[in-house]
Amino acid sequence: MELTLADLRRIMRGCAGADESADLDGDIAQVPFADLGYDSLAVLETTSRIEKEYGVRIPDEVAADLDRPAALLEYVNGNLTGV
Amino acid sequence: MSVAVTGIGVVAPGEPGVKPYWAMLTSGRTATRRITAFDPAGLRSQLAAECDFDAEREGLTDAEATRMDRSAQLAVVAMREAVRDSGLDVDGGDPYRTGVSIGCAVGATVGLEQQYVPLSDHGRDWLMRSATPAPHLYGYMVPSTIAAEVARAYGARGPVGLVSTGCTSGLDAVGHAMRQITGGAADVMIAGATDAPISPITMACFDAIKATSPDNDRPESASRPFDRDRRGFVMGEGAAVFVLERTDRARRRGAHVYAELAGYASRSNAYHMTGLKPDGREMAEAIRVAMDRARIGATDIGYVNAHGSGTKQNDRHETAAFKRALGPHAYDVPVSSIKSMIGHSLGAIGSLELAACALTIEHGVVPPTANLHTRDPECDLDYVPRTARECDVDVVLSVGSGFGGFQSAVVMTAPGWRR
Amino acid sequence: MNGAPVFTGVGVVAPTGVGTGAHWSAVLAGEGALAPVDRFDVSGYPVGVAGLVRGFDAGACLPGRLVVQTDHWTHMGLAAADLALDDAGADPAELSEFDLGVTTASSSGGTEFGQHEMERLWAQGPGHVTVYQSIAWFYAATTGQISIRHGMRGRCGVLAAEQAGGLDALAAARGDLRDGARLIVTGGTDASLCPYGLVAQITSGLLSPCADADRAYLPFDVRAGGYCPGEGGAMFVLEDPESARARGARAYGRLTGHGATFDPQPDPWPGPPAPSYAPSGEGLWRAVEIALDDAGLAPADIDVVFADASGVPAADRAECRVIRTVFGPRGVPVTAPKTMTGRLYAGGAPLDVASALLAIRDQVIPPTINVTEPADAGIDLVGAVPREARIRHALVLARGHGGFNSAAVLSA
Repeated sequence: MELTLADLRRIMRGCAGADESADLDGDIAQVPFADLGYDSLAVLETTSRIEKEYGVRIPDEVAADLDRPAALLEYVNGNLTGV
Repeated sequence: MSVAVTGIGVVAPGEPGVKPYWAMLTSGRTATRRITAFDPAGLRSQLAAECDFDAEREGLTDAEATRMDRSAQLAVVAMREAVRDSGLDVDGGDPYRTGVSIGCAVGATVGLEQQYVPLSDHGRDWLMRSATPAPHLYGYMVPSTIAAEVARAYGARGPVGLVSTGCTSGLDAVGHAMRQITGGAADVMIAGATDAPISPITMACFDAIKATSPDNDRPESASRPFDRDRRGFVMGEGAAVFVLERTDRARRRGAHVYAELAGYASRSNAYHMTGLKPDGREMAEAIRVAMDRARIGATDIGYVNAHGSGTKQNDRHETAAFKRALGPHAYDVPVSSIKSMIGHSLGAIGSLELAACALTIEHGVVPPTANLHTRDPECDLDYVPRTARECDVDVVLSVGSGFGGFQSAVVMTAPGWRR
Repeated sequence: MNGAPVFTGVGVVAPTGVGTGAHWSAVLAGEGALAPVDRFDVSGYPVGVAGLVRGFDAGACLPGRLVVQTDHWTHMGLAAADLALDDAGADPAELSEFDLGVTTASSSGGTEFGQHEMERLWAQGPGHVTVYQSIAWFYAATTGQISIRHGMRGRCGVLAAEQAGGLDALAAARGDLRDGARLIVTGGTDASLCPYGLVAQITSGLLSPCADADRAYLPFDVRAGGYCPGEGGAMFVLEDPESARARGARAYGRLTGHGATFDPQPDPWPGPPAPSYAPSGEGLWRAVEIALDDAGLAPADIDVVFADASGVPAADRAECRVIRTVFGPRGVPVTAPKTMTGRLYAGGAPLDVASALLAIRDQVIPPTINVTEPADAGIDLVGAVPREARIRHALVLARGHGGFNSAAVLSA
């Protein structure tokens, strides 16, 4: 049960809304969340949703470094405890 | 024209009343503990600074205790202490010339949540068809009820309102009251603030944004403003209410004046609902304007009562604001955060802090920042670590910062002080 | 500030329409907007008719990220503020940031958002409360969001006095202009037509149980039996007159007077009033006197009164007594366009102010609908048809649950 970029897009849109000024459909893996128009609250909400859906805890100290989609995907998928 | 503080009433974490409050603040003891108001298991932050408040013991009637949300109860009790303290002749004078300005950030949250649970069948029924609502539920829904209860209990008939600007409500309600007096709408204002946010919904929402301290193993030392190892604020509750009058009128009736409210200003960072920029620019501007209105300079300030909530971002933001506004004198003036001892009671804290400022002027003692052990290089001012300091203070600056971007500042001076 | 502040922009999001033009056309046409509540199933509730805002699509006028993090009450407030700034031709980015402020009235905050979050908490657990709960429910949310959206860094405020708060917010904005600000966005909106909001309102005992939209809210009528709630409101741009002149801004009118008083309520409080409830109206009368005095006007100078129009018979009688006392029997035209929308709480008085400003602009008094059997012959209640009149000064009255009385004078 891997977290894909498509999954992440869905979660981001669902819990943080979509902003016309940012294109979530493009190649966003290495684009910082801030540049995608997602502020600290939106990122917190997104990680909280992922924690619940994927059963992966993201500690505060780690979360601070996950500043772009690729980093978040890597951490979550590296810490899945299996279905 | 300055406004005098002639009466103070406090219901703070620990025992209600001004005396116990001041005793705690000067001792450096803390009132932060594991939440007892409800079972906090399952919460990220399980801590709060709670008032040991018994409605009956504090003189509220059964009817008052039943219908009033906790926030209103705290406010009314604090008001009664303030009015007794002021020696004001409640029945003399024109009631239409006495108004009320109470600050509160989250209103009757405790009451609203307590009612919600049975009405919604524990969150299962969106249409809320279970149970019968209490007859005073509408009174909980509108926070203005809190101001109405205070006005009703006093007998005020002048301008009455509730100021609700988040965590600066306690300063802004006093600022609003100052303007009512100086603008001529009232001769006396019962002004202050209250909040009773220790309720599951509020604790959960601050958990979600990780703003509150998760140091559940060390409740007494969890609130650590300006300390390098600070991890967020500890929720608090409480109320502080003042009797405010034009200084010349206060003198004419021979009232005891604790302090004068010399200047108030508020600005907004218009940046983010919860985030703060590290430069402290808008707080510095609020400070500058408040000082301007009080006609004081940086070197006049003898004590700064900080917002000092204990979050990483606030304490850094605020330190920058002090340096920006006070220049080099920021390093010479004692700065302390009493949230280290009484937690952060959201809308109430600004008034609780102003009460501490008035008592600082009255008694010549500066309260400490408790739990401050390890220096944070970004917070390098004199925060009066752990021990109160005897110090004759004539001019105090009190600041606050809150969700929504509000940045407020009040300058308080010793009675009759002139530069 | 030299002289009274001027209203240079008006933005309306109300049951009568989204946009000032839509609202005013509907009002002049006497189009009642009260209707059965269809947002959720109200069968089993003792009330069913309210003023709902139709045709408002938050997603169409606000960024998606903003919509998700705020309540419907703030959506409408933001939209109304945008409309007001646009109407005023004011671009905050072109003005000095610390000279701009926002002060709104709030009555119940983000009620529906809060109900959703409490539901998540109690049905699923604390970890399911969203991050936005910390910024969406509290009463300062709308002011904060407007301030951020437009970069307004001057003093920002929030006042609560239930239905009276809207006038007090205008007075506070005037205070800021006197203190040196140049332009304030002020007014209020409300949105409490969700299950928890309605269940709470019903406990006041003041809501009309009538299910017929044409008969449910009849203030000043012999058949009066309570009021209908509504949502929405209005926002304004209130400016220093010299600043407005320098910008070449058009002024709808001026805020020339304000007064606020309080009547302690008798027991039982705050539940449904006892049958013996008979308020004297003294506090409202004093508020009117203070407002007139503030404006430097005599009662004879007032050309129209926009009534508070409680719809609760005892409160209606008190208001009539005040109007007769101040103006003499049938001494001034009185109107209640809120018969078309219901009482909008924090948005109610601002919407009346909007209608009053338009009345001054167009020299026409808007109608009061459905009141076909007026209870007090000593009140010149404008009927279901607008009345052309010379209007130089309008008095707006607002009473808030709990004893709040406010009065404001608007002048050409």
